[in-house]
Amino acid sequence: MQTTFTGRVWKFGEAISTDLMVPGSKVLANPGITPEEAAQFCMSANRPGWVDQVQPGDLLVAGTNFGCGSSRNGSQPLKVLGIACVLADSVSRIHLRNAVNTGLPTLVAPGISAFVEEGQRLEVNIVSGQVKNLDTGKTLQAQAWPEDSPPFQILMAGGLDAYMKDKVRKAGLVRA
Amino acid sequence: MGMTIAEKILAKHAGVDSVKPGQYVWCKVDATSGHSLRALELLGVDRVWDPERVFIVDDHQAPPPTIEVANRMRETRRLVKKYGIKHYYEYGRGGILHQVFAERGMYAPGELIAQGDSHSTSGGVFNACVTNANMDAVHILAFGDLWFRVPESVRVVLNGTLPAWCVGKDVILKVASELGTDYGLYKSVEYVGPVAAQMTLAQRWTISNMGVEVGAKFALFEADAKTDAFLKDRVTRPYEHVTADPDAAYEAQYEFDLSTLTPMVARPGDPGNGVPVESVLTEHVKIDQAFLGSCTNARLEDLEVAARIIKGKQIHPDVRMLVSPSSQEVFGQALKAGYLEILADAGALVEHSTCGPCYGGHMGVLGDHEVCISSSNRNFQGRMGSPLAKVWLASPATVAASAIAGEIVDPRQYL
Repeated sequence: MQTTFTGRVWKFGEAISTDLMVPGSKVLANPGITPEEAAQFCMSANRPGWVDQVQPGDLLVAGTNFGCGSSRNGSQPLKVLGIACVLADSVSRIHLRNAVNTGLPTLVAPGISAFVEEGQRLEVNIVSGQVKNLDTGKTLQAQAWPEDSPPFQILMAGGLDAYMKDKVRKAGLVRA
Repeated sequence: MGMTIAEKILAKHAGVDSVKPGQYVWCKVDATSGHSLRALELLGVDRVWDPERVFIVDDHQAPPPTIEVANRMRETRRLVKKYGIKHYYEYGRGGILHQVFAERGMYAPGELIAQGDSHSTSGGVFNACVTNANMDAVHILAFGDLWFRVPESVRVVLNGTLPAWCVGKDVILKVASELGTDYGLYKSVEYVGPVAAQMTLAQRWTISNMGVEVGAKFALFEADAKTDAFLKDRVTRPYEHVTADPDAAYEAQYEFDLSTLTPMVARPGDPGNGVPVESVLTEHVKIDQAFLGSCTNARLEDLEVAARIIKGKQIHPDVRMLVSPSSQEVFGQALKAGYLEILADAGALVEHSTCGPCYGGHMGVLGDHEVCISSSNRNFQGRMGSPLAKVWLASPATVAASAIAGEIVDPRQYL
């Protein structure tokens, strides 16, 4: 798993809900939808056209309570769109677990909204939690997970699916 | 150092004497929901850890509006049979999961449960640590345990006496309007005090339900005779009430005097946008739809108060009112009590028990520029349909009174 990310920042505001990332009327109501199709609706209510501008490797920065609301996996469309890493002043519990399980590095970084402007470039180390603004030269410390913690291990495995495949095999739950 | 309710329950399920906030623990889980059975099958695992403790109900889109949804439900039924799941509730015998699972004995004081759907914090009303497990429910299905970060605990003390016509919904909209919608972020919130004791179980349930709206991992009440009365004959296994130690450590304590509370509404955009309804009367907010439903406020007493307000009157000609009881059991009780007849005679559409309108996916989606007053839990942009629609949150009484008036009104004028 890659642990350092450098990319251009897209900024979002406070309390960006998962209803905005995964609109229920477009996605939940349509179980046949593919992840790629679903991603086209991401942020369509609050920022129409954004999905056409975002490039693989870009970073997303948001305010407090990012991913509030529904347990729909908002990290999936972000990952499909190529967002490499997410930083927010705070992140909802459910969204943070979904991010870990999806394998999309998502760090709680108090002060990040004031630290970076849209379009600036950041360098993020998800192990140490160090964030550097390459345009201003300033640094900010995000909250890093303890390396022995389950979420860090799941993230480093690349997400829950890879973690589970290994674990059920080692536990003998899968016939050889 | 003493422990909070969440710390006691997590320590017990981790098999240790004590835990501290910030600590990561693996805990045995008492039950989960079966939304991840397909993921388990794809992993090649052909049994669940305990088929007696897995619960499934299709609530968001049942009965199916499309062939694709119907086929997804066929798939669920196949998996239920394959894994021998005991608690599967077909439509007509189910309803909204948080209500149905409680009626079917999933939750008891002192238990730890992680299940699908964000409103899982609802189960905290039973003095149990109940929270959301989304993708990682597959870990519970395989192994019966899950990792948890022990949360900081905060305490919300509800003082005073709740005035007539104010209910749990008004309390949580008031608290969220003052503390914001992240005072519970990643925390365990304990609601205590005279008003917590005074409220009916259903009113407390609304507050636990909207625990996720304030970010909480758990939204807990202490158990009392009202809790036990609901659980009687539903939970036959032994359980014990869990209380916090007198010297338990809380990150924060918030005090509210609710004796002067008045009915609240949350303005569109965020559940934290609560204001007294009397402060918006001069705006004459016209409504297109009134929704009395969801896991938040569609229990028997919610339908009763709506029927009492609406009895002998008609829904305003410019308003559609949707009524969806929280479960089939509640539907049957409201039917026998005559509430549904009153609502139907007034021109309300009585639907089956469904999540549909609340999440904007089924059975009553909002169009562009429509305005809805809803007894549900979220009013984010696009939540109930069009991103251009506006959703106001309120108690069942305020929803019912507004449905008659055609605009948002103070229910106290109609009672």
